[in-house]
Order: sequence, then C-alpha cells, then structure tokens
Amino acid sequence: MYPILKVENLIKKYGNKIVLSGISFELYPSDILGIIGPNGAGKSTLLYVLLGVVSPDSGKIYYFGEDFLKNRNQILYKVSFASQYISLPYSLTIEENLKVFAHLYEILEVDKKIDELLNLFRLFNKKKTLTRTLSSGEMMRLNLARAFLNDPAILLLDEPTAGLDPEYIKYIRDLFKEFSQKRKLSIILTSHQLGELEKIITKVLLLKEGKTLAYGDLTELFQKFRVSTLEELYFKVFV
Amino acid sequence: MRLSIFRPKRIWGIVLRHLYLLKHSISRWIDLLYWPTVDLLLWGFITLYLQRGFYQEGKWIYQFLGALIFWNILIRAQQGLAVGFLEDIWARNLLHIFISPLTIFEYIAGLFIYSLFKAFVASILMAFLAFFVFNFKIWIQGMDVFLLTLCLIIFAWSIGLLTMAFVLIFGQEAEILAWALALLFLPFSAVFYPVEVLPESFQSIAKIVPTSYIFETFRKILLEGYTPYIFIGKAYFLVFWYFLLSVGIFLIAFNFAKKTGKITKIGE
Repeated sequence: MYPILKVENLIKKYGNKIVLSGISFELYPSDILGIIGPNGAGKSTLLYVLLGVVSPDSGKIYYFGEDFLKNRNQILYKVSFASQYISLPYSLTIEENLKVFAHLYEILEVDKKIDELLNLFRLFNKKKTLTRTLSSGEMMRLNLARAFLNDPAILLLDEPTAGLDPEYIKYIRDLFKEFSQKRKLSIILTSHQLGELEKIITKVLLLKEGKTLAYGDLTELFQKFRVSTLEELYFKVFV
Repeated sequence: MRLSIFRPKRIWGIVLRHLYLLKHSISRWIDLLYWPTVDLLLWGFITLYLQRGFYQEGKWIYQFLGALIFWNILIRAQQGLAVGFLEDIWARNLLHIFISPLTIFEYIAGLFIYSLFKAFVASILMAFLAFFVFNFKIWIQGMDVFLLTLCLIIFAWSIGLLTMAFVLIFGQEAEILAWALALLFLPFSAVFYPVEVLPESFQSIAKIVPTSYIFETFRKILLEGYTPYIFIGKAYFLVFWYFLLSVGIFLIAFNFAKKTGKITKIGE
C-alpha cells in the first residue's frame, strides 16, 4: 500500500528561528494522525505548510504520489482543512457561505450536497441563519461542514473539538471514525485535549520546537515508552 | 472624601491610552497628518484655479461634475479590489480562500469583476443624477469617455493591487491605504483643475501620473471640443507600466507573506 501523504525532511525557518526541523512522516488511507506538542512546537505551521499557505524552506511533500509544490491546485481538490481559529464571513448565511466554497471546489449538485452536510453536522435548521449569530460550537460545525464539501481524501484539523460541548465532541469523534473506516478518509489533527485525541488517533507525531521527538503507531509508542495513556506519553516525552 | 466625577489622573489615563496607540501605529499617524495635507493641497489648487477666472466659463460646473464622476469610478474600482480583499481579512476567511484550489490569479480576477460592478453602479447613479439634477450628459462624448474610463479602471486596479501588497507585507496596519493611497495621486491628477495651476515641481510629478492625462483630456473634450489622443496614448502607456509594476509587487508580496507565514497571521 502506498502512502496517501508522504512528508520528507521538511524544514521551515522564520528568520533565524527554526520552526520545523526535518519533519518526516507518512499517512495511509484511514490513518488518523495526532500532532501533539506544547505551544510553539510548530503544529500549526506544519499544517499550513501541508496546505501550501506557508512555503517550506526545503523538504518534499507528496500527496497521492504527486509533488505538492508542483500540483498544488489539483491536489487541493482532495484535501481540506478546518480550524477553530478561522471563521467564515459573518454577514453571509450558512447556506451562502457554503455555496461560495462549493464554487471554489467546483462541486456538482451544490444544493443537494449542502443539505446533506447541514444534516450531517446538525445545522439544517440554521441554513438561512446569518453566520454571525452562531455560537462557537455551531461555527466549528459549520467549518467542518465546509471542510467536507469537497469529499476530501485527507482532512487536516486544527483543534477541531475546541468550543464544542461534550455531546458534539462525541458525535464528531464518531463521525471522524466512521469516515475514516468506511470512506478511507485520512485525518491529521492537532489538539491539546489528549484524552479526546487518544480515543480517535491511530498514529502520533510528537513535536517540540519544530523537532520530532517521537513518531509512530500509537500502540507501538505506548509499548516503546512503557506507558498506557497519551497523557503519560506526553509527560514522558516532553517533561 | 475625594470628588469622584473628574479625577485628572483618570482622565489622563484615557489620553495616555490613545497616545500609546498613536505611538505604535503608523496608520493613525497617516490619518492625523495625511488627510489635512491632501485637503489643503486639493482645495488650495481648486481655489487658485477659480481665482484665475475659469469659473466664468459657462461649462465649469460640468467640468466639476464630470471630474467627480470619473474620480468616483476610480475610487469605487480601487476600493472594490482593496476593500474586497480586506473583507476576507476582517472575516478571518483568507486562509479558507487560499487553501482551496483557487489560484491567486483567479482570486484577483474575481475581485476585478466585483470592482467593475461597484464602479458601474456608482457611475450609473452619478451619471443619471447629474443629468436629472444638473442637465449634464456625460455619456454624449461616446467612445472617448469609454477609453478614459477603461484607463481609469486599470489605474484603479494598480492602486488596489499595491494596497493589497502593502497589507500582505505590513499586515492589517496598512489597511488605511485602501482609502488613502488613491488620494496620494489626487493633487497631481489635476482632477478639478488643469495641470498648469500646479507649481512646477508638482507639474513634473503630474507628468508621470496617468490620471493627469485622463482628466486633462476630459477637460479638453468638454471645454475645447476636441480629443487630444496623444494624452490618451500617454495615459495608457503609463497605466500599462503602473499595472505591470503593481502586479509584480503584489506577487512578490504574496510570496513574501507565504514565506514568512504572515498570510496566516493577517487578521488575527
């Protein structure tokens, strides 16, 4: 089986500060990779480099076996992203916002797709509501609905459950698992909620000051570091 | 017991809060110093023009109305681009845009079309108002008006792209340029007065500002009844270089923002 995403020796500096130092990893269909590290570890920068909004200084990124820097626009049809820290225009309704992005991804049968996603993320009754009236949890669900518009093969998520209440955290977690198992969706996510992360991820990448401190299958890392939870692993590696 | 309504120290605290803000903000300094300068120069030159007796010519009101309509086309087109970009920043939506398959050229093309729409709506409204209220028909000049308008719009796009480039380099602090940058060209553009009113040093600058030729042409058409095509040619020649330069600067700024990661921070 070939990796759906292969990252080789990624280096990124801001001035003299090294933000990513030789990051390498692979992602296969259905993998859910958690990127963990303290603030300033380079997690968000890594996601932005993987999305092509920040250019790396060196290293290679291959999606579906193709060089990302050479085929960025084609590849982005099958890659998506959602973050708690990025919103959608407040003055547009939920439906209008999704329609704009449906055009950017050249989605066919836009109305049907939007209805399907609004049902999936339990926002259908707010379809005509202005985005500015949404709570932070609803906003995150809208971001997730937007991220699923293009039926991504790889989904990158920055703190996807921040702002959600426990009921929705469980719902979204189950949804990610289902998409990962049934539709072979691969997910990369960052989160500080280690307990939540442990319930969903299959692989983990531990970053500190841009360097990989540990990477591999979750169960293998648990055995290697002789720990039984992600929190224990975190403290063993970082403290 | 101390009088609690007006305590000088507390009032000074409020003044300090704004002085500190001013200390760290170039855009607020621009706001403080730039607008009075532009206003003074603009109205000073208009007064000089009127003082020379031009107001006695019967068409001077049409000249002002026409100039106002043309200037508004430029401003609407420029802001359609620059403010359109800022709207995505204010909405913290820029990252969503740039992680989609959309290319930067497609994004700019979308903003160009929107800016055309804004300029069209504003110009139609102003042209009809000028006709119904002042009996001024700007459209009777036909093709020449179209040529001038097109040139103005391309220049407006150049200024819009430069504004966007500055925002990408300096962050949201530079957003005031969306309103200020076009006005930098206003005193030299001879919008409401001919170039000859300007001091010599200003006239030299006006020679490299395409809008000065556009507004001079408009005045010649209106007051003297002929179209100096050489002026239109000069305007297009200059606008071509301005546009090329602004596209180049914008692309450099865009790549700079991607390289430094600024693109992910703008609007935070």
